[in-house]
Amino acid sequence: MAQATSSPPETLDEDAPARRSYSSDAAGLGRLRAGVFVAPALLLIAAFLVFPALWVLYLGLTNYRLTGIAAAEPQFVGLDNFIDAVSNPVFWNSTWLTVQFVLGSAVIGQVGLGFTIAWLLRDRRGPLKRLVEGLVILAWILPSAVVSFLWVALLDRDGGTLNALLGLPGFAWLLDHPMLSIIIFNTWRGTAFSMMLYGAALGNVPPSHLESARLAGASGWQQLRDVVFPHIRGHILTNLLLISLWTFNDFTPFMITAGGPDGKSEILAVHVYKVALQSGELGYGAAVSTVILLINLVVAVFYLRLLRSKK
Amino acid sequence: MALRKVAAVIAVVGIGLTACGQSSGGGGDTIELTIAQNAIAGGKNAAAANFVANWVVPQFEAAQKAKGKDVKVKFVPSGVDDEQYKTKLSLDLKSGKGADVIDIDGIWAGEFAEAGYIKPLADLVGAEADGWSGWAQIPESVQGLATYNGKKYALPIGTDGRVLYFNKTLFQKAGLPADWQPKSWQEVLDAGTKLKSAGVPVPIQINAGTAMGEATSMQGVLPLLAGAGGEVQKDGKWTGASQPLKDALGLYQKIYGGGLGDPQLQQEAKGRDKSFQQFAEGKIGILMEGDYFWRGVINPKDGVAPMADRDQTVGYALIPAMEPGKGIRGQDFVSMSGGALRTINPNSKHPKEAFELLTFTLSPEALKEETKGGNVRITPRTDVNKEILAGEPLLTFISDKVLPLTAFRPPVAVYPQVSVALQEATAAVAGGTAPDQAAAAYQKKLEGIVGGAGNIIAP
Repeated sequence: MAQATSSPPETLDEDAPARRSYSSDAAGLGRLRAGVFVAPALLLIAAFLVFPALWVLYLGLTNYRLTGIAAAEPQFVGLDNFIDAVSNPVFWNSTWLTVQFVLGSAVIGQVGLGFTIAWLLRDRRGPLKRLVEGLVILAWILPSAVVSFLWVALLDRDGGTLNALLGLPGFAWLLDHPMLSIIIFNTWRGTAFSMMLYGAALGNVPPSHLESARLAGASGWQQLRDVVFPHIRGHILTNLLLISLWTFNDFTPFMITAGGPDGKSEILAVHVYKVALQSGELGYGAAVSTVILLINLVVAVFYLRLLRSKK
Repeated sequence: MALRKVAAVIAVVGIGLTACGQSSGGGGDTIELTIAQNAIAGGKNAAAANFVANWVVPQFEAAQKAKGKDVKVKFVPSGVDDEQYKTKLSLDLKSGKGADVIDIDGIWAGEFAEAGYIKPLADLVGAEADGWSGWAQIPESVQGLATYNGKKYALPIGTDGRVLYFNKTLFQKAGLPADWQPKSWQEVLDAGTKLKSAGVPVPIQINAGTAMGEATSMQGVLPLLAGAGGEVQKDGKWTGASQPLKDALGLYQKIYGGGLGDPQLQQEAKGRDKSFQQFAEGKIGILMEGDYFWRGVINPKDGVAPMADRDQTVGYALIPAMEPGKGIRGQDFVSMSGGALRTINPNSKHPKEAFELLTFTLSPEALKEETKGGNVRITPRTDVNKEILAGEPLLTFISDKVLPLTAFRPPVAVYPQVSVALQEATAAVAGGTAPDQAAAAYQKKLEGIVGGAGNIIAP
């Protein structure tokens, strides 16, 4: 496919007359041929995105289970699963934990830390910058399984590295502060994306504007507020949108706390895994997934509206 | 030209996909069989994994070759928690995949059978299934593990029993006897108190909480429930917030509320593995576990937490009833038993050969080979057990003293859900909730699981 898309010049030569009518048909393909070009992509989207989403919606209306009689002959139960979900305190607890997780690790942690690093390193060159960036990116690109194993070893209450360093033997980080543990973990894990995005965005702020602000006697904070932020507003919102959604659906905390102890770090992604696959309630899990999808849509629409109201 | 290129790319991709589809079929007259267990070399159930890979596979292939058949066997290992193995297996079977010969836990038989994931052996291989010569050697109760609605769905691999393990070195420090045998729960608690004052970090470990999964039920709340004279299900009715359940949860409260156990260990994601490690390191005084613990965990040869001095240091005792005579059937001592099953995947392309492999792994020769060199376990066959248990003190103890008084879990599809509700009740009590309150919450959940209060015996 990559080959085919890289050959538009040939196409243009063949269809030279069509090119002259320079209206909406910029590539000069005509409706039919354009349709042929996008058809594979649309088919893929239909097969792998639209169909599964509709299928989940349907499963949410049944009592489908992983095992037992309801696995062989699922029954239609209407909105029972949805009613069960919204009247289940465990579900709301998970939603609240997820909100904490997104606000704490993505919005405050990753954006704050990512921007701070990008701002501090904006004019630097040389080994320090490369070292800091290298370490932050390393945390991002390591496989989740490896990283979670390292964090369990770090935070373990008996033989954990952190307790050995702090001289606090037996302090159960993962049991007494499970949410804090996974929030700090995810901040550490995902800062690289925000750092790189802001690093690129700060490069686009015209140095002359900053220079004039400095000459006018603006403080560091005033420069940030009045010169830098207006320039990178779009980047900030796009970044927030992406990492909020990623974090909302992130499953990696499962590998550190497994949702425990007693559901105290059971964010929605873990909650769905537990009810659908561990307890085998696929129908109920599908209903919860649908609700998560709706929450994601609301979050996305919120950010996109902010983006559109740019000026 | 561009379109032609697109077409060419699509064609190439298409050929690639078809090729992928074909490669899994296997060519010629070679019959390919796979056998899957939750066992992996160097990890969980390492001895079983080594046995299958190094003995069953070559021996079975050779035996088939002698019959003129070209059979290739592949072992598919796993080394994960039983709950995760179950999820993986269910998804495999649901999607029409999976190994030809699979191991499952006895209590999954009901829900797997109802989902159509496993089928009666007679339906898959015909008369050979009931005609297998080994059935005559397998006791009725063990055959029951593999039977659902009167039909045999699998071959039992063996059975097991639960005891109280204790560390004799710690007991000596606390002034307790090396041939300890408590006769009531109070005597267990008293021993725990003495261990505590002798400085043992975790005097008693009785599994609680949901993180340990079925281990909490089998090595925790069910033996205690039996010791208080209760059963989860009796004559088709489920037991709700009954007095025996409150008594069992009350013992949890005394242990975890009274500083005799470590409540945090019950919450940790890898709590059970950690309890194994701590027992092996001499930090736990008394531990309720099955014979798997002796064979697969503290086994000095290839356990996951080996104890070089196991035979000298580790003692074992029967699990006492709450008070003498207060256990189920008026017993003084109780236990719980289960057992794994081995069966044929209904999706198998070669069910007859798979059944041959299945019975081959449970032939007297295979079982004797498997249990050689310190890997003794209670096999399903009485003819083999007679021979192999002789030199093994703990397994002789379990087979002679524990199995006669043991109990089994209800073989119904809904049991695993009930079991989770029981685990949640123990989690609540270990976390500080009052036993009565946890029992009431259990009954409420039970009503939802078993279809209303009508199926529950009122307390």
